[in-house]
Amino acid sequence: MRYMMLIHHDEAALAKAPPSLWGDYAAFNEAANKAGISYQPGDRLQPSAAASTVRVAGDKTAVLDGPYADTKEQLAGYFMIDVADLDQAIAWAARCPSARYGAIEIRPFFAA
Amino acid sequence: MAPSRSARSLRPEAPAATGDGASEAGRAAERVARESFGRLVAFLAVRTRDVAGAEDALAEAFAAALRQWPRSGVPENRAAWLLSVARRRGADMARRRAVEAGGAGRLALMADELKTAALSPEAIPDRRLALMFACAHPAIEPGARAPLILQTVLGLTAAGIAAAFLAPPGAMSQRLVRAKNRIRDAGIPFRIPEREELPERLGAVLEAIYAAYARGWGALDEDAPRLAEEAIWLGQVLVGLLPDEPEAKGMLALMLYAEARRGARRTGDGAFVPLEAQDVTLWDRDALAAAERLLSEASAAGPSGRYQIEAAIQSAHVARRLGGAATWPAIVALYDHLQALTRSPVVALNRAVALAETEGPRAGLAALEPLDADERLAAYQPYWAARGALLARAGRRAEAREALTLALGLADDPAVRAYLRARLEALANPSAD
Repeated sequence: MRYMMLIHHDEAALAKAPPSLWGDYAAFNEAANKAGISYQPGDRLQPSAAASTVRVAGDKTAVLDGPYADTKEQLAGYFMIDVADLDQAIAWAARCPSARYGAIEIRPFFAA
Repeated sequence: MAPSRSARSLRPEAPAATGDGASEAGRAAERVARESFGRLVAFLAVRTRDVAGAEDALAEAFAAALRQWPRSGVPENRAAWLLSVARRRGADMARRRAVEAGGAGRLALMADELKTAALSPEAIPDRRLALMFACAHPAIEPGARAPLILQTVLGLTAAGIAAAFLAPPGAMSQRLVRAKNRIRDAGIPFRIPEREELPERLGAVLEAIYAAYARGWGALDEDAPRLAEEAIWLGQVLVGLLPDEPEAKGMLALMLYAEARRGARRTGDGAFVPLEAQDVTLWDRDALAAAERLLSEASAAGPSGRYQIEAAIQSAHVARRLGGAATWPAIVALYDHLQALTRSPVVALNRAVALAETEGPRAGLAALEPLDADERLAAYQPYWAARGALLARAGRRAEAREALTLALGLADDPAVRAYLRARLEALANPSAD
């Protein structure tokens, strides 16, 4: 099954993360690439302070100067994997270094 | 231990001699439903993860059996008959749902399974344990796990499960549908976890089965004994499939110790009988022997977990009541272990009650002191009943009356209420007790 792995960071905790985090991420990417799970790395997003949220009601476009939901943990990036089942997706989520600074939301894609 | 009921033990019924063939066939269909439902659902759903689809196809097959068996007779291999009907229904559903994304692929997989099964109907692999582990997966809402196991493995209806879990039927039904959709859509696997995952996952399965047993033991409706019976049966399946897991044996032993006393815990007219006053000749000796054997196998196999310790406590109660052995100190020590493991206020309460038996009511009350401010116990009837009993024994009658009155107000079982009323009366007239 294909899963989108949505990385939600506690931005305050991430700001205090040691530089070794990026070394951990490089190792994680390497491992995921070599594991034969059709790993598709995603991209890192700017913090939620840079977010804008747009909603159209009738003919009015409203722009909010912030993220969709003002919560402690914010969407910070994503990656995609294709594995046999949820247990394997959970194992990859647990390996992702960001799991220690927030949470990884696992969302299955609709089957093609 | 082999499950007491399995599809393999089925024997063809003798043909009905008179006109009650319809009810005979109905009973045969009901029995095969009970005996092989979970096995067939597990078999059909294991690759597709489509529990609801498997149940639908089987429900149609059972309905067909109820229509056809009274006329054509009960087939020799009922499970194979049902599977071949379910297979045709599955193919029909595949056509109907071909437009639904992913649905057709799942049903094609199911049809494959059925084709394999039709070739060798004797060899339907038993995937019930894999189904149980899917239902008890950490990604399933904890409160839905036990009901889901009861429905998918035992074929209990949502209404029956709702009654057992004191939930509104509509809400329970929705909860079960949501959980089944989740198994399919989230990709929850049907598999027996690896050894290193087993402690966490097995815990959820044991918890679900034991929760079902506890409902069956404590609930008052007439379905309760069946629920307890089904939980014991699931425990037997689990022990049969995972013979090296001491906690599975410990839990089955614990259920059997309790079940052995079922006939003694009420008088003929329904009055509550506490353990110490039970007529031990009413205890089921076969169940007790089975429990003792399981417990000794479990403790030989490895370190003691929660269920083994609880079963050991029951074993000590049995040794005291049957053989007159002084086992209260051992019971206190076992509760100490259990308390270290669970940090449960209910365990602390039971430990205090046991302590009162070795060191007197004042020691028991002192052990209760740290619990007095615990909010979780404020509305817990057994806490107030135990506290009241200890206060009465310590001669603190006014406080005892207060605690027993609270217990009476919190009790929902009429037999327990009657018992508590009698304790309150005895408190008012000490000479009459």
